[in-house]
Amino acid sequence: MPSPETALSGEPESLLAVFGWYILASVLVIGFVTVSAMFLIWWERKVSAHMQSRLGPMRVGWHGWLQSIADALKLLQKENIIPARADRPVFWMAPVVVFIPAFLAYVCIPFGPRLIAEDLTIGLLYILAITSVAIVGIFMAGWASNNKYSSLGAMRTVAQMVSYEVPLLLSLLGVVILTQSLSMQTIVESQAGIWFIALQPLGFLIYITAATAEVNRTPFDIPEAESELVAGYHTEYSGMKFAFFFVAEYTNLFTIAAIATALFLGGWHGPLLPPVVWFLLKSYFIVFLLMWFRWTFPRVRIDQMIGLGWKVLIPLSFLNLILTSLVVLLLQGGSAGGVS
Amino acid sequence: MTEITHIPPPLGLEPGAHEGEFLINMGPQHPSTHGVLRLVLRMEGEVIRGVWPVIGYLHRNHEKIAESRPYSAFTMFSDRLDYLASMNMNLGYAIAVERLCGFEVPERAEHIRVIMAELNRIASHLVWFGTYGLDLGAWTPMLFGFREREQIIDLFEMACGARLTYSYIIPGGVTEDLPDGFVERARAFLRMMPAKLREYDDLLGDNVIFRRRVEGIAPLDTETAVALGVTGPLLRATGLRWDLRRDAPYSIYDRFDFEIPTGTTGDCMDRYTVRMTEIRESLRIIEQALDALPDGPIQGKVPRVIRAPKDAEIYDRTESPRGEYGIYIVSDGKPQPWRLKVRAPSFSNLMSVAPTSIGLKIADLVAIVGSIDIVMGEVDR
Repeated sequence: MPSPETALSGEPESLLAVFGWYILASVLVIGFVTVSAMFLIWWERKVSAHMQSRLGPMRVGWHGWLQSIADALKLLQKENIIPARADRPVFWMAPVVVFIPAFLAYVCIPFGPRLIAEDLTIGLLYILAITSVAIVGIFMAGWASNNKYSSLGAMRTVAQMVSYEVPLLLSLLGVVILTQSLSMQTIVESQAGIWFIALQPLGFLIYITAATAEVNRTPFDIPEAESELVAGYHTEYSGMKFAFFFVAEYTNLFTIAAIATALFLGGWHGPLLPPVVWFLLKSYFIVFLLMWFRWTFPRVRIDQMIGLGWKVLIPLSFLNLILTSLVVLLLQGGSAGGVS
Repeated sequence: MTEITHIPPPLGLEPGAHEGEFLINMGPQHPSTHGVLRLVLRMEGEVIRGVWPVIGYLHRNHEKIAESRPYSAFTMFSDRLDYLASMNMNLGYAIAVERLCGFEVPERAEHIRVIMAELNRIASHLVWFGTYGLDLGAWTPMLFGFREREQIIDLFEMACGARLTYSYIIPGGVTEDLPDGFVERARAFLRMMPAKLREYDDLLGDNVIFRRRVEGIAPLDTETAVALGVTGPLLRATGLRWDLRRDAPYSIYDRFDFEIPTGTTGDCMDRYTVRMTEIRESLRIIEQALDALPDGPIQGKVPRVIRAPKDAEIYDRTESPRGEYGIYIVSDGKPQPWRLKVRAPSFSNLMSVAPTSIGLKIADLVAIVGSIDIVMGEVDR
């Protein structure tokens, strides 16, 4: 496979090959994202059902495994309803703006030693930057709906994202300091000996907490708090536009689990099984953990949540950062004879 | 004592009357207004500046209907007042008619009534437990609460065939005798329940997020509560040991040994604790009633057409799961009441929302409305 640099400087065949690879990669990513989101929706329903002494979907296919497909078909047939006083172009754009970043983030997710769409040198930064764009879409949805509940949901989202983006980034910086790299593949490769969860336990906990808030899941599902705001920013959405929000939500859920796997749980490293299986197993375990939270915990209040972000998580992540830097500095000082 | 200020709409409701504030309409179709309660909120961002409960969306005119129906027919309407505790509603009405007309109730029927009323109290509190979890964003308690309630409903179905509107307790006794196997199943339920209550506390009551959501929210002092006419678990949560089963005994409640749980501050956490302890006490009452259950008739001497004495009136009150449930009947000697008035506990309890929620957040309002345990069927009647 030619790299983009040689392709752009070289002959037309390699240029074609590069574009071909990009198209293949995007098809693979879209395919995986959609299938994974559908699987997660079905799985969440099953997990929640069994936690609540129910069975969950049982009718469509074996133990209801076709349920998500049936639901997708139903959503496709739904009438396209736009509130009379909505801001139409923005209302149409919002689901797309939420969905596209969710799927773009998969460019840099390392599923295996060679199974990555593009191992950018700033991979981690890219993922975090691109997933932040989704806030704009959520705010657009809340604003364009012209509904007070939606607006409240959108305002809450912004407050929440601002509070939790910071500890999320800071908690990952510890890993970056350890590996001296932002490339996802390098980070995974450097965990061949020891997983970073052992070196960064605090960072992992902060990341999981902040990430739960980042994808708006219980106990931090404040922007869509059903019992307070009906459905928050997507109250007015139905049919396929709603499906876009829904798929984006589950895509993001897998994204944060994949980041946690790549940065803390050794990525695709593991004995016997092929690397990609290990990566998926670890990621789906993190997803299961988040589902477990959701079906066990009540919801925190907005001020408590923002207080937790600013007063607990950010100081803790700074502490984690300082400790990591000090240790790395001391170790380097021992080997290289001081840092200039 | 909190000053009770109640600005009736439309005062303070004009758009733009308050800088930076907006009105939001919560209900009658909203996930956490428990049916069709409508709350008009004046909000400043997330903070509540004014609350006006608007009721009447479930008004079915039960009190007026009673004036054109024979006494025995109103039992079916009383089912539909507080539909989560139909047994207690039946019981209150039956006792009012019995006292008005001087009917005797056989011993066995009295015991069955107590068993049913207390089972229904537990079922009602279980629904509250589940929906309160739902209000606070936890889904699983709802399924857990309904799982145990189902067993109570099955018991009721055994006894009278109905699962929601029982019409089981009628003036003079009960409609049917307990079927074979009822006592054994009820005892099995009593044995199973304490472990489940511990499970509920593990899942919700002891959860740190839950506690931080409800502790210190909407404290209510006894004086304000009494002034507002608040009764039931809400009043007991303020620290006043007031329960009609003990303080104005009806039926045969004076024979049983049970505690009346109270709280201290009257906040949402106290309301939770009081209700959960009440379930335990109700279990004790049922156990004693099952032990003492005598043989004998289940229906006293009641004429086919009940006629109350001329120019008689009665106000009879019983302790429903939500508080003081009163039936006021004025008779002019005809087979129908001349006037029937229901004192619904949820209606008075609802009045405590506005004074306690000003200055709190919309999420707290959900916690407060949920902790009151309103049933709109009873509020609107």
